Amino acid sequence: MDFRDTPEEAAYRAEVRTWLHANAQPRTSDEQRFGEGLDDAERISAARVWQRRKAEAGYAAITWPREWGGSGGTAMQQVIYGQEEERFLVPRMVFENSIGQCLPTVAMWAAPAVRERHVPRGIVGDEIWCQLFSEPAAGSDTGGIRTRAERHGDEWLINGQKVWTSGAHFCDYGILLARSDWDKPKQKGLTMFIIDMKAPGVEIRPIHQMSGDTEFNEVFLTDVRIPDANRLGEVNGGWKVMLSTLMHERLAIGGHLPTHLHRNLIQVARTARWNGRPALDDERVKERIANAFLSQHGVELIIARGLTALSQGKEPGPEMSILKLVAGRGILDIAGFALEMAGPEGLVAHQDLGREWSFLQQLWLSAPGIRLAGGTDEILRNVVAERVLGLPGEIRTDRELPFRELER
Amino acid sequence: MNFDFSDDQRLLAQEVRRMLAETSTSTEIRRVLAGHATHSADVWNNLVGMGAAAAAIPEQFGGAGLGYLELCLIAEEAGRHLAPVPLASSFYLAAEALMRSGNEEQQQRWLPRIAGGDVIATAALADAEAWSTGPAPVFADGRLSGRFAVVPDAMIAGLLVLRAGDTLVLVDPAAPGVARHAIATLDPTRPCGEVVCTDVAAQALCGGERGAALCERVLNAAAVLLAFEQVGGATRILEIARDYALQRKAFGRQIGSFQALKHKMADVYTANELARVHAYYGAWALSCDAPELPVAAAAARVAASVAFNRAAEEGIEIHGGIGYTWEMDCHLYMRRARYLAQLIGSEHAWRTRLADALIREAA
Repeated sequence: MDFRDTPEEAAYRAEVRTWLHANAQPRTSDEQRFGEGLDDAERISAARVWQRRKAEAGYAAITWPREWGGSGGTAMQQVIYGQEEERFLVPRMVFENSIGQCLPTVAMWAAPAVRERHVPRGIVGDEIWCQLFSEPAAGSDTGGIRTRAERHGDEWLINGQKVWTSGAHFCDYGILLARSDWDKPKQKGLTMFIIDMKAPGVEIRPIHQMSGDTEFNEVFLTDVRIPDANRLGEVNGGWKVMLSTLMHERLAIGGHLPTHLHRNLIQVARTARWNGRPALDDERVKERIANAFLSQHGVELIIARGLTALSQGKEPGPEMSILKLVAGRGILDIAGFALEMAGPEGLVAHQDLGREWSFLQQLWLSAPGIRLAGGTDEILRNVVAERVLGLPGEIRTDRELPFRELER
Repeated sequence: MNFDFSDDQRLLAQEVRRMLAETSTSTEIRRVLAGHATHSADVWNNLVGMGAAAAAIPEQFGGAGLGYLELCLIAEEAGRHLAPVPLASSFYLAAEALMRSGNEEQQQRWLPRIAGGDVIATAALADAEAWSTGPAPVFADGRLSGRFAVVPDAMIAGLLVLRAGDTLVLVDPAAPGVARHAIATLDPTRPCGEVVCTDVAAQALCGGERGAALCERVLNAAAVLLAFEQVGGATRILEIARDYALQRKAFGRQIGSFQALKHKMADVYTANELARVHAYYGAWALSCDAPELPVAAAAARVAASVAFNRAAEEGIEIHGGIGYTWEMDCHLYMRRARYLAQLIGSEHAWRTRLADALIREAA
């Protein structure tokens, strides 16, 4: 048992750190983010510059095989790079989907010419990609997709609506899952395509989240033409392609979940006063601090278990599903209790109470989203029950019927 | 990053598991439950004989000289199989007290006998909570007086480590002035006794200015080791409940196919694994005597107490009526969970210790 890097890992970390120091600005606090004060266009163009610089140094696609233009590195190297980059003020949340899921899917399934056309441009940051799977009627049940793909000669005509598409408004291309056959059962009539996000008929509307941010979009598709050459995988073979996309998400083991929130609680409890005394003197407050540590340090330790598997060259299994179950609920409880300690003043909008407070309020507003994104708590419980504990799957009435006969 | 036990350590644990699967059977545990034995001599002789129990005792004192990581995994197996033996009393509590706070002479005298199984030792160390009123134990001028309401394995112990304030005291149970009698408890598979000392000549293990800190160290080590027993028990009862839910049918389906039960078991699993990672962290802190030990031990203790109590309670619930019968083993897990969760102070007392340690650390 040893939390330190192996000699190889340490050498890689040192190399990454040296490069980052030469190319980026270290962050000075946990709350500091890149691009404060920049507008969207400025942020995206900064992200493109940073992506190109990473690509030139071999850090843009660390785990990709060399024939795709990657560095042929290990999953652990990717994690180490991510941990180190976290300490620097660099653009984020622009290329994650491109490199993490979309381009590997293109590299695996596209015809050689299409692959050559897109993958190299994606790595160096000239093209940004998004993922268009979810729909208003297909959330947890991705197989319920209703966006229509009709073949007309060498082209497909796409009509429908996608939702929760991260970054659609600044993306150049996307991978799109659509229904190509309504007479087949739900998962067997889907086909995956590459879609040009600037094509006629693509209309993008930002979703205003409850946190006030707009990270996601609705995408309306009206008679959008896609050449058959831009199909990924077989006609009606889209489900398999999608599963391969999701496989690539496995590396994202909780990289951005906050883990030291008990310290925020302690800090608030020192300032907040209950009946004239510091809240920190109250045993019930101490109990909540202990609970905060149990959940969030637990998150850090569960991540350490996942990293251990990666470090041993194994793939973290479905047991990692507990990570987000613990984190989402934990963050909601902790942030809510922090606000509570300030009494009515806990309601005051953050601009008036400083940066620390803004962090906690944002956390409270983002926690419900954390419990949904990438699998709701309920879906994750099913994953644990079925894939870890071996309990039976849900009884399904929709598996064999033609999709058009399913109840809406 | 290697937040895991080594292959060798796992191999040793497997050997212990094999032995316990053969010896620590339901029938054997129920012999103790029924009062026909104070503990399972068979399990005990095996655990001691194979050098497992004394894994963390240095070779110079007759132990196996392996270390805490090994002992932690052995504890997990003991918990898994509800081993009805004084492993916690003799090794996590008394031997730890001797190793962490005894002087050379005391260690030389007692550790080899404990390691070899010639003496079963025990300790009563908790002092945060109490029920009955009465004067606190007092140790002065080499004499101990006081009542110790619940001392695990008191009736079979050849050595007692008792706490009076911040002083740990070595007491020979055969010494004049020591009265002990068996008491009925909620977990008869781990018998306890009441010990009353009246002006007993005894030797301090540690005390004075360093006393409080040494008591803490002993408690922290015990907390980590007990957490592994709890994680082992919690994991096992969930497996038993899962297996039953796969087999039992109601309303025309396996009951394990109902989402209410699937989600209940997923939640139990999540709590168990949260306890497991905190216990692992505690094992790491214990094995290298890290400054994080007070935080890590308290977190392991709380998470594991929560997990085992809950897993055992839900284990019965998932079984339904049959789980409430004497013949099913479910109640043995619930009893053991309660025993382990209160032996060195409750989950609540430890939650306070955890918060205090975190607040100190953040200062």
